[in-house]
Amino acid sequence: MKQSGFRPGRLLLHVFLIGIACVWLIPTLGVLITSFRTSFDVAHTGWWTVFKDPLNQHFTLDSYRTVIEKRSMDRAFINSFLITVPATLIPLTIASFAAMAFAWMRFPFRLALFGFIVALVSVPLQATVIPILTAYNRLNLTGTIPGVWLVHTGYGLPLIIYFLHSFFKDLPRELFDSAAIDGASSTQILRRIVLPLSVPALASIGIFQFLWVWNDLFVALIYLGGAPKVTPLTVSLSNLVGSRGEGWELLTAAAFVSSSVPLVVFLTLQRYFVRGMLAGSIKA
Amino acid sequence: MRTRRLTPWFYILPASVLIAFFLLYPTLRTFYLSFFDKRSIEYVGLENYSFLLTSATTRVAIRNNLLWMVVFPLTTISLGLVLAVLADKVAYERVVKSIIFMPMAISFVGAGVVWKFVYAYRATEVAQTGLLNAIVVALGGEPVGWLLQRPWLNNLCLVVIGVWIWTGFCMTAFSAAYKNIPVEIIEAARMDGATEWQLFWRITVPALKATISVMTVTMMVFALKVFDIIYVTTNGLYDTEVMANRMYKEMFLYRSKGRASAIAIFLLVTSVIIMSSNVLRQRANREQP
Repeated sequence: MKQSGFRPGRLLLHVFLIGIACVWLIPTLGVLITSFRTSFDVAHTGWWTVFKDPLNQHFTLDSYRTVIEKRSMDRAFINSFLITVPATLIPLTIASFAAMAFAWMRFPFRLALFGFIVALVSVPLQATVIPILTAYNRLNLTGTIPGVWLVHTGYGLPLIIYFLHSFFKDLPRELFDSAAIDGASSTQILRRIVLPLSVPALASIGIFQFLWVWNDLFVALIYLGGAPKVTPLTVSLSNLVGSRGEGWELLTAAAFVSSSVPLVVFLTLQRYFVRGMLAGSIKA
Repeated sequence: MRTRRLTPWFYILPASVLIAFFLLYPTLRTFYLSFFDKRSIEYVGLENYSFLLTSATTRVAIRNNLLWMVVFPLTTISLGLVLAVLADKVAYERVVKSIIFMPMAISFVGAGVVWKFVYAYRATEVAQTGLLNAIVVALGGEPVGWLLQRPWLNNLCLVVIGVWIWTGFCMTAFSAAYKNIPVEIIEAARMDGATEWQLFWRITVPALKATISVMTVTMMVFALKVFDIIYVTTNGLYDTEVMANRMYKEMFLYRSKGRASAIAIFLLVTSVIIMSSNVLRQRANREQP
């Protein structure tokens, strides 16, 4: 639509969009600025003084140093990685096999089984925790990182199988036929043909699962039991918020440390990120 | 594809075992436990469920979840829809959309911190460091306890946090569907002299009906299960309790497996009802000629 000349409608449109964008951005901006201010400044003035009086400001990395060194955010950062990377790769691998079988193999009860697994997407996490926790206590898996991998795997599988299945089944049939004529086994077909062709799908759902686990609080709270050795970033941030007397400069720095990885993923892989988020919406 | 007879079973075995152990078995077991006492020893019939519907705390939680389930989808979906349509008209569409989508990358815990800071409240004598109260005071008002004033203000302020996180998500889904509407239809309507307002209600909204209904369900289910935001900001104090947080307390604070299980089953049944209502409606739409 190309129209020239001044139109009040256009002006209103810009005001609305830019206004909303500001409302969305300002809270995060305030947190970012606060995390670099001194604790004295933070306690006595609002972060916006930085703009009112830009020449009289002191910026410091002290808050980051404190949360990383004294509130063991460094350990939590490593734990988040130790939890998240396997909790993404394990379900992706297992789901690839299942999705391949459901999409391209013939066996009894195939549709019924697939429908049943997909229906389990609607089970809220809450409905599963008590029995799993009881079993975990008996198996000594409570408070262990591999225990959390398995929970995230079991819980993520229906969605990932569903997503990969819908991608796999649209691959052209000829690919499979010619590979089978060449004598390739089904595992070879999966590894050499299906997976390489499915990189965009794997990336989208992989990023969704990665961020889901990285940002998860509930599973970590319940199954890790709060031992500092295994605590991930979300739990350690929420502990900081809960403890009285932590200044905003520390909370804001901690919030940024915990969001740094998802933000980098968002900024660099935005397309897959958005697609994965849309795909994962039925689970959230 | 030709495979040996057992191959497919080997392919689905690991997934099936894990799903059986982590989803199927525990859900059935939770249902069973919801009829037992706090230590899962004595059968108590429907006592846990009657507690859930009659105790003062869980009734507040149910009320708040209902508030969430109405206000949250309404706001995220209408705002997301309007933004998808309006952003399409400007050159900086991608920038606006990125900014509004960004909170999705921050965890709910992180978002809780961001907004707790916006809502920060201090006595009148000292300078306000929370953004909202600084604005209120600058305009000559008294500082407001945004997260303290029950029952409506604080709950709505918490819903705002959810809206801030999820609007970008709705917007993106609507935007993708909006760009699929054939340009000719919109152009033809403009030729016939339709106003933008009429275009929106008569063409855009009907064309996006399917997406709107999927998003409504997604947002309602999210509102039903909301946990992190509450846990990290108020932990359910000042009448802001919700069912998922209440369940966490029943489990770890009051050590009552029976009541926690009953709440879990309540969440399960409600979300299945919400989801299946959407599936049924879609099926009905598809069967229409």
